[in-house]
Amino acid sequence: MFLVRSFATGLVLASGAAQAAPKTYALPEPTAQFKPLKSHETGLEAAQANCMSCHSIDYVTMQPPGKGKAFWESEVTKMVKVYHAPIGEADAKAISAYLADAY
Amino acid sequence: MLRRDVLFGVGALALAGRSAMADEVNLPFGNGARNLVAYPGKRPLLQMTARPPQLETPFSVFDEGVITKNDAFFVRYHLADIPTKIDPEAFRVEIKGLVDKPLTLSLIDLKAMPQSDIVAVNQCSGNSRGFFEPRMAGGQLANGAMGNARWTGVPLKAVLDKAGVKAGAVQVSFEGLDGPVIPETPDFAKALPIEHANDGEVMLALAMNGEDLPWLNGYPLRLVVPGFYGTYWVKHLNAVTVLDKPFEGFWMKSAYRIPDNPCACTEPGKASAATRPIGRFTIRSFVTNLADGATLKSGRAELRGIAFDGGSGIKGVEVSTDDGRSWMPAKLGQDLGRYSFRPWTLAVDLSPGAHAIRVKATGNDGASQPMEASWNPAGYLRNVVETTKIQVS
Repeated sequence: MFLVRSFATGLVLASGAAQAAPKTYALPEPTAQFKPLKSHETGLEAAQANCMSCHSIDYVTMQPPGKGKAFWESEVTKMVKVYHAPIGEADAKAISAYLADAY
Repeated sequence: MLRRDVLFGVGALALAGRSAMADEVNLPFGNGARNLVAYPGKRPLLQMTARPPQLETPFSVFDEGVITKNDAFFVRYHLADIPTKIDPEAFRVEIKGLVDKPLTLSLIDLKAMPQSDIVAVNQCSGNSRGFFEPRMAGGQLANGAMGNARWTGVPLKAVLDKAGVKAGAVQVSFEGLDGPVIPETPDFAKALPIEHANDGEVMLALAMNGEDLPWLNGYPLRLVVPGFYGTYWVKHLNAVTVLDKPFEGFWMKSAYRIPDNPCACTEPGKASAATRPIGRFTIRSFVTNLADGATLKSGRAELRGIAFDGGSGIKGVEVSTDDGRSWMPAKLGQDLGRYSFRPWTLAVDLSPGAHAIRVKATGNDGASQPMEASWNPAGYLRNVVETTKIQVS
């Protein structure tokens, strides 16, 4: 908290005063988690191992509820084909199946 | 602590959709629970995502004044490798490509050039996406991914003139310090036609509302493209490249596209036959001092709100207290320029019962808002006439 406050003060002061040291920004840590789902342990593990490399879990949990298999397959495919996430075919399938049932 | 909405001259206001816990808000659509999180330099904002950070402005902020305060301004990133350390002395923006004299400009260089300022709304392309039906994938925003600020900096034209744009220039592309986590992911970059880049209004902004840009709004330099959706307002801007052919990057060629037809819409749930890049804002208006689900006493009530469009300026705002059956002209407030929020007020007499308050703006270009929402696959451009349902006793 102390660091955060001194950063904010520094930013205001710097606008008028001479520029000095590099400025830093402390980003809060993500808190959202995947929810466990019976019979989808493989998919959950694959999601935990892959998705968080590039984004926090709230990217998943905020999506509209109950969109089903085609929606989540399309999302996982987009991550692989468009954003080039290095997710193997088996993992991708397990992740889509888990997300479709869990969300 | 969540600020309680203050209702001016209308009596008690019930806050719909907010839980008893002060640190969580439920936006009025499925999976709309959002934590209120205070990032450094920001007041508690609705956290849509944490990494990269995407923060929505609580709607009550828009009733605090026509200018959105820096600590309340929404935040949108695409890729998670965002800068967490910047040395303002070492920071440089490169002006390169099809120019006579490539430039490498420091913040001091930019501040030494003639400064201009403009009040302009920045709005996320996907603002209000959560209200589309059927819903689609993407950032699930209510109406708070917008804000209005006074931007100060150097016109892009002045910088391009200094570098000397060569004949044959077609577009100008823009990149910032933020980037992807893995190198294979397409880096975020946007482009504008050379004529637009040179219009004298597009700006390299150093300051927002008289202060350094907030970190999460692009410190120390961002592009400001008045009237255009926020996707073009590249943050932490460090490269400007003049091109002799259209920019082919993913974020122009594949993302941020709208249906290429007059309504920029499709049948709900259907794909587009052809697309074009998103551009100017559609015209919108809101009531800001009444939340949906509010209860108030019968009699005279002072309504107020905001309206804006893609730069023609607001010609008029009309308000209905009977779900659009009859309309009354509102009084327009302070004019901070054609790219700014335009405040409006209207005193109305409210009889006991349920009321659907509707608000509709018309621009100087003649455009207005549709009574029924149109649909497009990415959930952009939302501008249906808003409805605020209230109960009067």
